[in-house]
Amino acid sequence: MSTAELTLAPRRVAGIGLRLFRSEVGLTFRRRRNQALLVLLGAVPVLVGIALRLTAKPGNNDGPNLINQVAGNGVFLSVGALFFVLPLILPLAIAVVSGDSIAGEASTGTLRYLLAVPAGRTRLLMVKYATSVTFCVASVATIAATALVTGFILFPVGPVTLLSGSTVSLAAGLGRLGLIGLYVAACVACLAAIGLAISTMTDSPIAAITATAVLPVTCEVIDAVPQLSAVHPYLFTHWWFSYDDLLRDPMVTQNVTRGLLTFLAYTLIFGSVAWARFTTKDITC
Amino acid sequence: MTTTAEAGASVEASPLPPGDHAIATRGLTKRFSGGQLAVDDLNLAVPRGSVFGFLGPNGSGKTTTIRMLLGLVGPTAGSHELLGVRMPEGWATALPKVGSLIEGPAFHPHLSGLANLYRCDAADRTADPRTSRERIGAALERVGLTAAAGKRYKAYSLGMKQRLGIAAAMLGPRELLILDEPTNGLDPQGTREVRTLVREIAAEGTTVFVSSHLLAEIEQVCSHVAVMRAGRLVAQSSIEELRDGSGTRIRVETPDTDDATSVLTALGLADVRGDDGEVSAELGVLAPESICAEMVGKGVAVRGLAVMRPSLEDVFVQLTGEGFDVNG
Ligand SMILES: Nc1ncnc2c1ncn2[C@@H]1O[C@H](COP(=O)(O)OP(=O)(O)O)[C@@H](O)[C@H]1O
Ligand SMILES: [Mg+2]
Repeated sequence: MSTAELTLAPRRVAGIGLRLFRSEVGLTFRRRRNQALLVLLGAVPVLVGIALRLTAKPGNNDGPNLINQVAGNGVFLSVGALFFVLPLILPLAIAVVSGDSIAGEASTGTLRYLLAVPAGRTRLLMVKYATSVTFCVASVATIAATALVTGFILFPVGPVTLLSGSTVSLAAGLGRLGLIGLYVAACVACLAAIGLAISTMTDSPIAAITATAVLPVTCEVIDAVPQLSAVHPYLFTHWWFSYDDLLRDPMVTQNVTRGLLTFLAYTLIFGSVAWARFTTKDITC
Repeated sequence: MTTTAEAGASVEASPLPPGDHAIATRGLTKRFSGGQLAVDDLNLAVPRGSVFGFLGPNGSGKTTTIRMLLGLVGPTAGSHELLGVRMPEGWATALPKVGSLIEGPAFHPHLSGLANLYRCDAADRTADPRTSRERIGAALERVGLTAAAGKRYKAYSLGMKQRLGIAAAMLGPRELLILDEPTNGLDPQGTREVRTLVREIAAEGTTVFVSSHLLAEIEQVCSHVAVMRAGRLVAQSSIEELRDGSGTRIRVETPDTDDATSVLTALGLADVRGDDGEVSAELGVLAPESICAEMVGKGVAVRGLAVMRPSLEDVFVQLTGEGFDVNG
């Protein structure tokens, strides 16, 4: 900016957009629909916990692994709940927020005003993605938190017996749980990048949300077809359940690392697609 | 499609002196991917400080032009400058000084008017958050929405929505205000208020670029006009020039139609038309009183004499080939 322009307009030095990010987070979390999604996600561990409590018989060790583990230690309810929401409900919630991010603004017409303000196309895209990631973290945290509370109320809690058989302290067990939470958040943050890219391609939020929600399910179906095993490692959902390995002693990080790299690659590719599309797009709505 | 470059902050001002034009376009053209030629080779020059009426019937390309001006739509050909800054590269420099209303207001329906304005302000990273309360309050006050600020946007009437849109365009100090059909959906009272507002804003030195398909609604406030027809610019000038340049006629009431006709023809007036008891011609450069004297001198019984300036409405109908809607 030239000095002449600076004296003309008494404006502050342009910020990086934290204010827009805060506004965006407020808008996202105050929105009824998104609040309902968080409530739904938070209710899952409670329902799973109650169901397990009613079916588990203490001392009976031939039931499914998960049931016994949760019955033996309430901490495992978090793991169980994440396992339960990851195939469908959690991706759906993330699809709603990320698919809506750009297409939703386009459909209300507010996109043209954000860009005319000007928010900046690249910056708006980054703020939108950061908000979706925030929602991913909040979703996982909600599930983990209600699962912990429910687990502590309904089941005995103590030192955590890992999948490999050894036992660690409760604090160390909760630390492992934190890592699992971060891993699951990374799983869905990658989906959010895909949702953002799809959201830049249409002015219809419903279309973007649906496409984003259908994608992981499709991947999971492909992942279940043995004849397509060659492509399995390249599917992002293939690595979603690798967090099991974080519950072993010592931790097995091979699959988790491979998973994180896959998520990173997807995020970079779809982030670039979103950027390329959004920065050249005609805003006609 | 032209890319909207994101490296705006360091763009140099154009060679044009900054006081020159608020908007300058050269050969601006937009052909949509469907093949529709919405804007065709547009050369606009909007002087700083003017109230520039951008007129044309529905579908003549006004909104598409405005979208191109603001960098929302990439032109197929041509270039333009906003406040002396090349667009779209200079968006980060130019756009904070431009307030806009584009094809009607658009806000989040479940947020209050006030919350919506805070959101607009938050999106502008050059806006100072410490002054946002005052600036938003002042903008609401200006459009008379202070009392309704806390209401949800979806509960607003059409007129209130339009006013909130104008308030959002005035959140900061603006050098240029681009208003696309600001009177759309307003009742006559609301239309008058918008006109008053435009006058006030212009009086503060802000250039106002206002589009309309209803000439009568903005005619009174404009210092300059441009007229679009099917994507092409058919006229652009100050409002006086437009009026003067367009066939003012003199009409004489007389029983001596034939004599009057020959007098007018002898005086060299163009387009002389004689009718039963009435003769008219284009006035041209002659003074009406000298024509009258000439008639009386030649013994024509002049019963009445009138100078007829065409209304701007007539001029525009001529230019656009169609009338403007009478009531929207
Ligand atoms: N996104 C679009 N795709 C294709 N054609 C468009 C699009 N937007 C506008 N048009 C066409 O461009 C022409 C000009 O439209 P517009 O700029 O909205 O006119 P105005 O604002 O003067 O009513 C119209 O014929 C319209 O149908
Ligand atoms: Mg229009």
